[in-house]
Amino acid sequence: MNAHSSPSPHSSHSHEVDHGSVKSYLVGFALSVALTIIPFWAVMSGHLAKSTTIPLIVLMAIVQVVVHLKYFLHLNFSKSGRANTFAFLFTALIIVMVVGLSVWIIYSANNMMMSM
Amino acid sequence: MSLLGKLTLDAIPYHEPIIMVTLAIVGIAGVAVALAITKFKKWGVLWRDWITSVDHKRLGVMYIILAMIMLIRGFSDAIMMRTQLAMATSGAEGYLPPEHYDQIFTAHGVIMIMFMAMPFMIGLMNIALPLQIGARDVAFPFLNNLSFWLAAGGAILINLSLGLGEFAKTGWLAYPPLSETSFSPGVGVDYYIWALQISGIGTLLTGVNFLVTVFKMRAPGMKLMQMPIFTWTCTWANILIVASFPILTAVLGLLTLDRYLDFHFFTNEAGGNAMMYINLFWAWGHPEVYILILPAFGIFSEVISTFTGKRLFGYNSMVWASGAISILGFIVWLHHFFTMGASANVNAFFGVMTMIIAVPTGVKLFNWLFTMYRGRLRLAVPVLWTLGFMVTFTIGGMTGVLLAVPGADYVLHNSLFLIAHFHNTIIGGAVFGYLAGFAYWFPKAMGFHLNERLGKAAFWCWQIGFYVAFMPLYVLGFLGMTRRLNHTNNPDWNIWLYIACIGAFIIMIGIVLQFIQLYLAFRDREQNRDLTGDPWNGHTLEWSTASPPQFYNFAELPDVHDIDAFTDMKEKGIAYSRPHRYEPIHMPRNTAAGVLIAAAITAFGFAAVWHIGWLALAGLVGSVAFLIQRAYDNDVDYYVQPDEIAQVESQHINKVEEATA
Repeated sequence: MNAHSSPSPHSSHSHEVDHGSVKSYLVGFALSVALTIIPFWAVMSGHLAKSTTIPLIVLMAIVQVVVHLKYFLHLNFSKSGRANTFAFLFTALIIVMVVGLSVWIIYSANNMMMSM
Repeated sequence: MSLLGKLTLDAIPYHEPIIMVTLAIVGIAGVAVALAITKFKKWGVLWRDWITSVDHKRLGVMYIILAMIMLIRGFSDAIMMRTQLAMATSGAEGYLPPEHYDQIFTAHGVIMIMFMAMPFMIGLMNIALPLQIGARDVAFPFLNNLSFWLAAGGAILINLSLGLGEFAKTGWLAYPPLSETSFSPGVGVDYYIWALQISGIGTLLTGVNFLVTVFKMRAPGMKLMQMPIFTWTCTWANILIVASFPILTAVLGLLTLDRYLDFHFFTNEAGGNAMMYINLFWAWGHPEVYILILPAFGIFSEVISTFTGKRLFGYNSMVWASGAISILGFIVWLHHFFTMGASANVNAFFGVMTMIIAVPTGVKLFNWLFTMYRGRLRLAVPVLWTLGFMVTFTIGGMTGVLLAVPGADYVLHNSLFLIAHFHNTIIGGAVFGYLAGFAYWFPKAMGFHLNERLGKAAFWCWQIGFYVAFMPLYVLGFLGMTRRLNHTNNPDWNIWLYIACIGAFIIMIGIVLQFIQLYLAFRDREQNRDLTGDPWNGHTLEWSTASPPQFYNFAELPDVHDIDAFTDMKEKGIAYSRPHRYEPIHMPRNTAAGVLIAAAITAFGFAAVWHIGWLALAGLVGSVAFLIQRAYDNDVDYYVQPDEIAQVESQHINKVEEATA
């Protein structure tokens, strides 16, 4: 960021965003491990029916994503972190729209095709 | 493989007299310009003050020069097509053989969108946006220079295709399987891929750059909801650029893999699916048209508000209408291929979404009307363009809603009705907007006025020429004529094709007048200086600087309390005040890194087109080497000292006082 009026050329590189603490990293680590072990156990032990296992894996994966975003990427709704979070949510929205609608479009077009 | 890959002397189209004459004219003009620069000893100035400049105002001017040059090229294509179609009726063949004609309509589309409209829009944004938010430059000035040269590199590649080899014959969308090697074995599609890829990356970098600028570098006190409306619409456009251009990069990348490494993403055989290309291309392509139109909406808002001497009606609704258009613009892309054969539900969803976009757009139109209501509208050139836009764009919008009905689209798809519709919105919307912005900001950027009479004449030629050229295409669409025909054999169509051709010539007069206007303005610049820096009694901060603005923009960053920040300053009587002392200003140094990196990447693109291995490698290595060299360069900035600032400022304020006394 050039063209600032501040006298020191390097002062513009300031971070206001939260970088987390040892505690928050450990909490995040523990949660990630738990969220990995649970689906791993569900598949390996075979205690649960397949119809339960698959939704469980998907659910754990989604929670895992949220845990990573909160504890490792430090997304939050505080005043300083809000811009990052909104940028992320906007990106997610666009990806869901483009990927989701593309899948819908191509599947539906494929359904109309003669099977070869 | 020879040292030059596929490139041989046969690549030069000797047998095409039209191309050879064009090349000769371009060559003579190029030599003349080079001689003139040498004679007036301007090479040093050109290099130091322009080519290596990181100043957003100069980059803006260079973007617009690029857009003007490419407008000439793209319009030449247009008028050749119209004359061909007017001549090749009732079974006549015309003067353009199909393989040449196909390249022309492809080049026309690519050039007008990617190398005329985009540079024009980005150029205006470069000139006005940092000034409007009271910033001294963009967030990353070097990156800005690099973006420009990447855009120029893409433009150079597409122009090289005229004299070396061929351009794509696929239409500007390059749909596979036609654009795959099995059906397009020549270099045309490769030129298309690399020209778009290189300039597209430049555009993406611009989007990132201006978003950071807007979020991080606003003048003290300026809240987001106090940014001038043009800045806001550009910001939405930049959000769309950042969200959509990666899709273009990816889909062109996939096509590249298909063509160069025998992948099968979009081929007919081996499980490829051409529909995915069409889908992804438009997932970029539709947001792209809103990237073009939103900044134009911002320009109209600034112009209407300035020239009625009123505040913009419904500022908040304008910002959010632009936001709604941006989001909705991302979920309508399927209306470009209703006929692909997705289910009725899919078509219905995208049809409805498309129609909904008319609502926020309507909000904008009413805002402009209410801004004018009981205002005192001065009929200057930018206002003429705005009024012309309001009528023309409304017609284009309504035909768009008609096309958004999937059932109607099955009849009109790829007919000339569609061609008329999108020219109606892009010319009547985006181009009129840029020309309004050109007339509006010209005194600011250059320091002298345009010729008002010729500007008005140019407007009327454009406006009348547009209707004469494109209304017949609506009729032809209903009569069943499809796009991209080389010659026709239907007597019912002839009269409309003749009328459309006349219209194209009227537009040509408009373009010529525009250039004469520029020449006259330049010739008479001493009589027409803009001394105050505020020729229109402007509302926003760019008008508080000199014309052309001081190279550091603002001696002191302004304190902003209002949307119309400069009006606020004038009302409080604090405009043109002389502070007691100035602080040193931190400025970026000019650098050759941008042009060198872009040159290396362009060389890589050229090598990739012709399969010249060593040059491709040299280009890649060169671009990385220049980037590393730049990264280790510590001499990238300097300080303007207070005495110099005081001198420049008092010169400006003296001029203002002289002019207003």
